Amino acid sequence: MSYVPHTDADRRAMLAAIGVRSIDELFADVPQSVRLPQVTLPAPLSEVEVMRELREMSEANADLDHMACFLGAGAYHHYVPSVVQHVLNRSEFYTAYTPYQPEISQGTLQTIFEYQSMICGLTGMDVSNASHYDGATAMAEAVIMALSVTRGKRRKAIVAPSIHPEYRQVVRTYTQGMNVEIVGDQDLEAGLDALAGFLDEETACAIVQVPDFFGRLESPKALAALADAAHKVGALFVVVADPISLGLLKPPSTYGADIVVGEGQPLGIPVSFGGPYLGFFACREEYVRRMAGRLVGETVDGQGRRGYVLTLATREQHIRRERATSNICSNEALCALAAGVYLAAVGKRGLRQVAELCYHKAHYAADAIAQVPGFEVRRREPFFQEFVVRCPLRVAEVNDMLLDWDIIGGYDLGEAYPHLDDHMLLCVTEMNTRQEIDDLVAALRAIGEGGVE
Amino acid sequence: MTERVIYELGRPGRSACFLPDPDVPRAQLPAEWVRGDDLLLPEVSEVDLTRHYVRLSQLNYGVDLGFYPLGSCTMKYNPKVNEDACRLPGFANTHPYQPEETVQGNLQLMYELQTYLQALSGFAAVSLQPAAGAHGEFTGILIMRAYHLSRGDTKRTRVLIPDSAHGTNPASTTMSGFEMVQLKSDERGNVDLDDLRAHLDDRVVGMMLTNPNTLGLFDEHVQEIARLVHEAGGLMYGDGANFNAMMGIAKPAELGFDVMHFNLHKTFSTPHGGGGPGSGPVGVTEELAAFLPGPIVERIFDEELCECQEDEEHCAGCYYYALACPEESIGRLKAFYGNFGVMVRAYTYIRMLGAAGLREASENAVLNANYLQVRLKGTYPLSHDRVCMHEFVLEGRLPDAPGVRALDISKRLMDYGMHPPTNYFPLIVPEALMIEPTETESKETLDAFVDAMLRIAEEARTRPELLHEAPHKAPVGRMDEVRAARQPRLRWTPPQT
Repeated sequence: MSYVPHTDADRRAMLAAIGVRSIDELFADVPQSVRLPQVTLPAPLSEVEVMRELREMSEANADLDHMACFLGAGAYHHYVPSVVQHVLNRSEFYTAYTPYQPEISQGTLQTIFEYQSMICGLTGMDVSNASHYDGATAMAEAVIMALSVTRGKRRKAIVAPSIHPEYRQVVRTYTQGMNVEIVGDQDLEAGLDALAGFLDEETACAIVQVPDFFGRLESPKALAALADAAHKVGALFVVVADPISLGLLKPPSTYGADIVVGEGQPLGIPVSFGGPYLGFFACREEYVRRMAGRLVGETVDGQGRRGYVLTLATREQHIRRERATSNICSNEALCALAAGVYLAAVGKRGLRQVAELCYHKAHYAADAIAQVPGFEVRRREPFFQEFVVRCPLRVAEVNDMLLDWDIIGGYDLGEAYPHLDDHMLLCVTEMNTRQEIDDLVAALRAIGEGGVE
Repeated sequence: MTERVIYELGRPGRSACFLPDPDVPRAQLPAEWVRGDDLLLPEVSEVDLTRHYVRLSQLNYGVDLGFYPLGSCTMKYNPKVNEDACRLPGFANTHPYQPEETVQGNLQLMYELQTYLQALSGFAAVSLQPAAGAHGEFTGILIMRAYHLSRGDTKRTRVLIPDSAHGTNPASTTMSGFEMVQLKSDERGNVDLDDLRAHLDDRVVGMMLTNPNTLGLFDEHVQEIARLVHEAGGLMYGDGANFNAMMGIAKPAELGFDVMHFNLHKTFSTPHGGGGPGSGPVGVTEELAAFLPGPIVERIFDEELCECQEDEEHCAGCYYYALACPEESIGRLKAFYGNFGVMVRAYTYIRMLGAAGLREASENAVLNANYLQVRLKGTYPLSHDRVCMHEFVLEGRLPDAPGVRALDISKRLMDYGMHPPTNYFPLIVPEALMIEPTETESKETLDAFVDAMLRIAEEARTRPELLHEAPHKAPVGRMDEVRAARQPRLRWTPPQT
């Protein structure tokens, strides 16, 4: 099975037209010594066999249809309305290439234009691009853009220690050849005040996450003060935002953000073991020509009909090559489509409802867990949908015991934050019923009682 | 035919999704944080929403609608079973931070995919983390950088790139903090060996080579190029964009490459999604394995885990799969482990084709391209008259139709119900039309394309205005791109009242 439709007669006719006797002759340029090597792969399977094998492999996992999940930490289990998957299944969308030919790509182009509009609505920014690979790479591109906006003369980026640890790692990976200093997170317990202390004339940007990795919300005033301080030294203020929370919370534009990035996965994209996800990237209009990635703009055709094209492409690698703002080419267009359909489906009221459900349920869970002997909720108000719990045992042990209750427990903070050894980050979304939360509390109570033996 | 913007279809208060009331007490909302009534999102019913997107889908052209000979993009058919596979709930509904023992199926799939890509390429190790081809290139150059730095070699700052390369190659080089040096191509479309020799010294990080290159030609000196670059202390980067010509034909590691990215969304049949998601795994030689981005998946044989009572070699698969970070890793390139959903599709494809099927795919991709090349080269000038690999480049200019450009030919093809070839790339061919039919197209489809191209050539001579004004049958005509760039309108705003 190779999805090749040719019959032997077709092949013979084509070879005759080309003027060769065999397909092998077409590969004469490939050095004989390495041509047609032994390739060891398992024997091919039919469709029925491959689906059987894959079903078995997939069922070797414990999935969130069968387990209550309290894991978040950058990947969130939210409800995906049926209509989202049905739209994504339209193969006119998913089997299309990047819309470089606008006349026959208006579907993709308009969905991206609408997505850009919705991201602007959520974040309060003026422009959004068509997507990045994920939230972490969007944040790395924000640093690179800030370096470019400050004309390459500034070499420092400040990152809050309360930003997702993997995002901070990705920024370091991305900038390792750029002679850039990433500071701010050496002291993992540092707060916003300490961040302000790093600001100087060398600083290209300061980045915070809202809500932060621990689910906490600093006050808008404190964030605005940091933004002001950054602006005073000519640095940009970058916010990593949770898109669901923006249905309820003030947008970053209101507390001084110049760039807003984040993980778009919560918007209608399954957790799918970490990808494919969606990096969203929005900024103030004045920086649009320094942005990375694709942008869709509205225009008209020769008859004056409204339509859309990829625009401002002189920023991009296929035009500008080594002087491009980024090397990004393929992005996450289909995930952006999912996010657009999701946001349109839930709408303004629905998004607020989802965000409030997460908020109320997380608070109910935190209140209840605070009553469990041995467990300490390290909450600091206000928080959104995640909070930190100190456990009487190793987090891995607690999580292991929770599996017996068909519960997937929290994220173990100890590795990324050594001072939070034995602390777990729990996440509660609209997918967690009151019953599931009560079961979690009962399980923790049983574990706590067993643990003090 | 145009479609209104989704905001214009709504009315305040409508929604396509109704959620339950909270089943827990309401907590006090933080007043200083609560957003006002400023959130601008569509408010539409489900039926209007569905119709909107279905109508938009009908303004799009995809592989499922017809021939898509887009050079260097490998727009092959995307098997439907792949889509079912990645949506199995056991895959789609697993969280990346679940305990390892609860995601053994995922980790096994990733492990097997790593080994399949190793088997096809000859590389010693593979990381599945990069999310796209360009992301893989960036990863590869950072690996080359880390290799030189680990040897205390700090002089190397220059990356050699042929003038036929994709724009991502130089852009990835810049992002890695290096300088690009462009190499000329010779008259046969190979890298110009004299130009290469002239630029080889101890400042060279390595060379990025797409092979077959973007002219669709297998570089006749690839082994000599690798030898020269290695002699100068540099490394060979392979851009795997064109690997669809090479499966089972030659292993890049045996051709002399040290590091290469794969495009699962090209070679391994995962759909392009209108621009992504892709997946760009990176393979490396033993010498570079320690620098790969982590985590990668390792297989651990543990007798105690083994239920089949066999030794490691004969074990029926009683393994434990674990995430591990290579010792001198360049770091992670994204959060989590890569585009897993894309990996499931590629895994499914490789399992169904096997080694023989993959080789058959490459062979027929090359057969199809040569067939089209032979049939079209008498009408359209051919950039390089050689046997091609999976694609070839024509010049979209006709001696007896001087006003007609590659763009006109491309747009006119739309009227024949086909997607245009890649145009104006590679940059070294004037009016380039880069044609890649892929192996999944039948002879009838290829013949229909030839017929269309020959008729267009005839139209170019007799009725050139048909081409200049094309497309005539698309939902919209040629767009005013200058206006889009001069007066950027990048989001919808409510009409002024």
